[in-house]
Amino acid sequence: MKKLLGVVFMIILAVPLYAEVRLGALFAVTGPASFLGLPEKQTLEMLVEEVNKTGGIAGEKVKLFLYDTKGLDTEARKKFIRLVKKDKVDAVIGPTRSGSTLAIKELAEKYKTPLFSCAASKRIVQPLNKYVFKSPQSDTHAVGKIYNFLHKKGKSKVAIITAQNGFGDSGRTELLELADEYGMEIVADEKFRDTDKDMTSQLTKISETNPDAIICWGVGPAPALVAKNTRQLGLDSMLIMSHGVASKKFIELAGNAAEGIILPAGRLLVAEQLEKDNKFREVLINYKNAYEKRYDSSVSTFGGHAYDAFMMFKYGIEKGGKKPAAMISAVENMGAFIGTAGKFNITASDHNGLDESAFVMLKIHNGDWELIN
Amino acid sequence: MQFIYSGITSGSIFALVALGFNIIYNTTGIINFAQGEFVMIGGMLIYTLLSIYGLPFLIAAPLALLAALFIGALFERVFIKSVRSPNEIKLITITIAASIILRGLGMVIWGRNSLSVDAYIPYKVLELPAGTLTSNSLLVIIVSLVTAFSLSLFFKRSSLGKAFRACYDDKIAAGICGVDVSKIRMLAFAIAALLGVIAGIVTTPISYVTYTDGIMTGLKGFAAAILGGLGSFWGGVAGGLLLGIFEGFFASVLPSGYKDAFAFLIILAVLFLRPKGLFGKKKAERL
Amino acid sequence: MRKINYPFLILVLIILISTKFLIKNEYYLSIVIFGMFNAINASCFNILLGYTGIISLGQAAFYGIGAYFAVIVAASFGINPMLAIVLASLFSALVAFIIGYPTLKLHGHYLAMATLGFGMIIYVLMNEMAFITGGPSGFLDISKFSFFGVSIYGEHSFYIFVAIVFFLFTVLFEMFDKSYLSYKLKFIKESEFASKSFGINIFKTKLLVFSITAGITAFNGGIYAYYSGFISPVSFNFNYSIELLTMAIVGGLGTVPGGIIGAAVLTALPEFMASIEDYEMILYGCFLAVTIIFLPGGLTGLIKRILNKNASD
Repeated sequence: MKKLLGVVFMIILAVPLYAEVRLGALFAVTGPASFLGLPEKQTLEMLVEEVNKTGGIAGEKVKLFLYDTKGLDTEARKKFIRLVKKDKVDAVIGPTRSGSTLAIKELAEKYKTPLFSCAASKRIVQPLNKYVFKSPQSDTHAVGKIYNFLHKKGKSKVAIITAQNGFGDSGRTELLELADEYGMEIVADEKFRDTDKDMTSQLTKISETNPDAIICWGVGPAPALVAKNTRQLGLDSMLIMSHGVASKKFIELAGNAAEGIILPAGRLLVAEQLEKDNKFREVLINYKNAYEKRYDSSVSTFGGHAYDAFMMFKYGIEKGGKKPAAMISAVENMGAFIGTAGKFNITASDHNGLDESAFVMLKIHNGDWELIN
Repeated sequence: MQFIYSGITSGSIFALVALGFNIIYNTTGIINFAQGEFVMIGGMLIYTLLSIYGLPFLIAAPLALLAALFIGALFERVFIKSVRSPNEIKLITITIAASIILRGLGMVIWGRNSLSVDAYIPYKVLELPAGTLTSNSLLVIIVSLVTAFSLSLFFKRSSLGKAFRACYDDKIAAGICGVDVSKIRMLAFAIAALLGVIAGIVTTPISYVTYTDGIMTGLKGFAAAILGGLGSFWGGVAGGLLLGIFEGFFASVLPSGYKDAFAFLIILAVLFLRPKGLFGKKKAERL
Repeated sequence: MRKINYPFLILVLIILISTKFLIKNEYYLSIVIFGMFNAINASCFNILLGYTGIISLGQAAFYGIGAYFAVIVAASFGINPMLAIVLASLFSALVAFIIGYPTLKLHGHYLAMATLGFGMIIYVLMNEMAFITGGPSGFLDISKFSFFGVSIYGEHSFYIFVAIVFFLFTVLFEMFDKSYLSYKLKFIKESEFASKSFGINIFKTKLLVFSITAGITAFNGGIYAYYSGFISPVSFNFNYSIELLTMAIVGGLGTVPGGIIGAAVLTALPEFMASIEDYEMILYGCFLAVTIIFLPGGLTGLIKRILNKNASD
């Protein structure tokens, strides 16, 4: 009798174990984009833990399957298929990089699995793919913000130096396309690779055109080298970076050369500098404190992208359930919500929901971020 | 003309790596595909000693150099000596295996991120005709030249150095004369590792160290050695500097991605047209 | 011609067929498909290194040339995929012929360096010529694959197609292994001087082998591109050439099963390592090192020894 009761007890306990939400995640934890991928991984793990402590989503615990894409598009594809076919996840958050996301965009549709990307390129959601959402601000908005800033300062001669990867490529396209609209003149168009160790040749060519500002678009250690080389060559053009370097690690690598660099970024980095009644402040400060306490390292906007993606996913499960069509339609009707990147307004035709207001302009000063206007 | 300065800087690193290749090649006839990994290890070691243990540079550097000798010797014992009935293919592929293992160890021990160290001497930018040179870069150039000179003195003057040269000329004859060929081989690897680590130490403040650095550094160093003539001491140095300057030049006229292609095109040209390189010696080979 | 090892071929056939029935999960099927691609590439590498003594450290470039040429030509001219793959294969053989002409006159590490240089140049071109290749972001404009009107899409149908190609290749390889040509090559590998005095035109033979394996590898690359639906330069870089080298050596140089076993082991390895992914590289290197030091005949040599031991008992 005792045995029978024991078995029944086990079965009753096991039932909720089987009812779980399976969440897949793909981040560039290693490779050149690792200072984006690692905070994303840590943020997601932290959030899943928190959510499970309070009973999960809609009463079901979340089981996380997280893989490292190593920053490689081919790896992202392989691991995505694994998540869908072997781990049978309900949705995937990530990948970190634009290139990787574009490489798996069609797979999301093929395998009918919603994808909440943490990458920036606007091509992720344009043309629209029913299954693909993205949480970061687009490079279009970043470029617009930068050009606006320059225009207000009366500057118009711009030299661009971009990375040869999905993110840099995307940024470069936007920089070239939007130049006319804001009255910018592109006087130089140089490129560098993630693994390059010396950019003095490109910067020398740039300095010969005497630009008002140099805009560098990349992620990882390479932009830090661009900063150092710019300093070394004594170029006095304004140095502007993309939101790809919105991480303390960049300041660490660039050292003194980071001083005075301007970039667009989410408000997360300067959460404390916002006014007390700013509508974003609460979400940002809460996330910042939780992350920094848990991981003993500075918060970064990239971790924030994972946070926002998880919010979308969570809402989709709560209001729609695990079936892809229902989840997607729920997220599309999410209405306005405040995430770390800004105020989102996701609709059926806009799977990103952010605009230029999601960015603020920052300046690096004394090894820290400073809000400028 | 900036490219000349950046070219000489990166060229000095290639020169050190090329020297490492040449020393091993001269004493053993082996091409060490893991030479680049020694450079990576050098960077990692100095990072650990400076940033993690907080040692002052004057203690950390000699420690790193000592570790280099030890690592090089260990490398030879573990990978080279254990190959029974060695032939060319086995020796080339074992060093490839070694480079993979060292890279993997680098990743596991130091992680995947790029690691930086602070400059060893105060940062200054020197205004030179048609370009600038940082104090760090100057350090690289000076250290490389000093190392090359010291090494060449070692080979010319010391008895150990003479033993090395004897092994290059004829292993068997050297053995008959009482030279411990096996020990010399181990020393060759130790010195090559030392050269690699020196390169790694001086280059890290400028361009960080990442566990994958070894591949390209090794390949370019090897290319430099071939350019200068495999086996030629000063050829390696010349080859390194030339390669660095070529690369810098091509980066200033073409999109930087192509510069690697040009470096290899030059190598192919050398291999096809003048395989013994600029200063190489012909060595009689058994048929 | 020596006797063809029919039991081996039949074994391969049985394994291929039973795999299709035993494995239903698309993910695992995809692993096997990648394994077959690797096996063909590794076997070609094996023919070069294990039979002829040519270290082709740029071999991945031919795989890439096949992949890119096939999909670019199909996208630009609207050609049938299969025809595009055949054209890619011929193109690659031509490139190999042109490259091989000066390169194969070199030996040992000079040859290794030259092939490596060539591989690097191709890799740079794949990255830089973005207007054709899509650059580092890769090439996405790959149409659906069809073979003489039969549409092939998805793991199940691709498995059958690739398995057939793989089996045909294995049969041809086995025939090659037992033919006079393979002896000629091994003779060249053993001693060029001696084989020359036998009247063998070493250079012509090497050039032939180099071109043919490049063509086969490119053919394989074309199919890979259509299967994968996405290609980017990173799959065809120096690292992949080293992987092929590892597969060929670990599997067993100079043997037919060598490339297959090596590819099987090293393709499956990451699957078991998913939780200790960090150590994958070290393990890879150790496999290679251990094989070179202790098992010169690779796993095939080991298996042969075990089988012989049993036979003689």
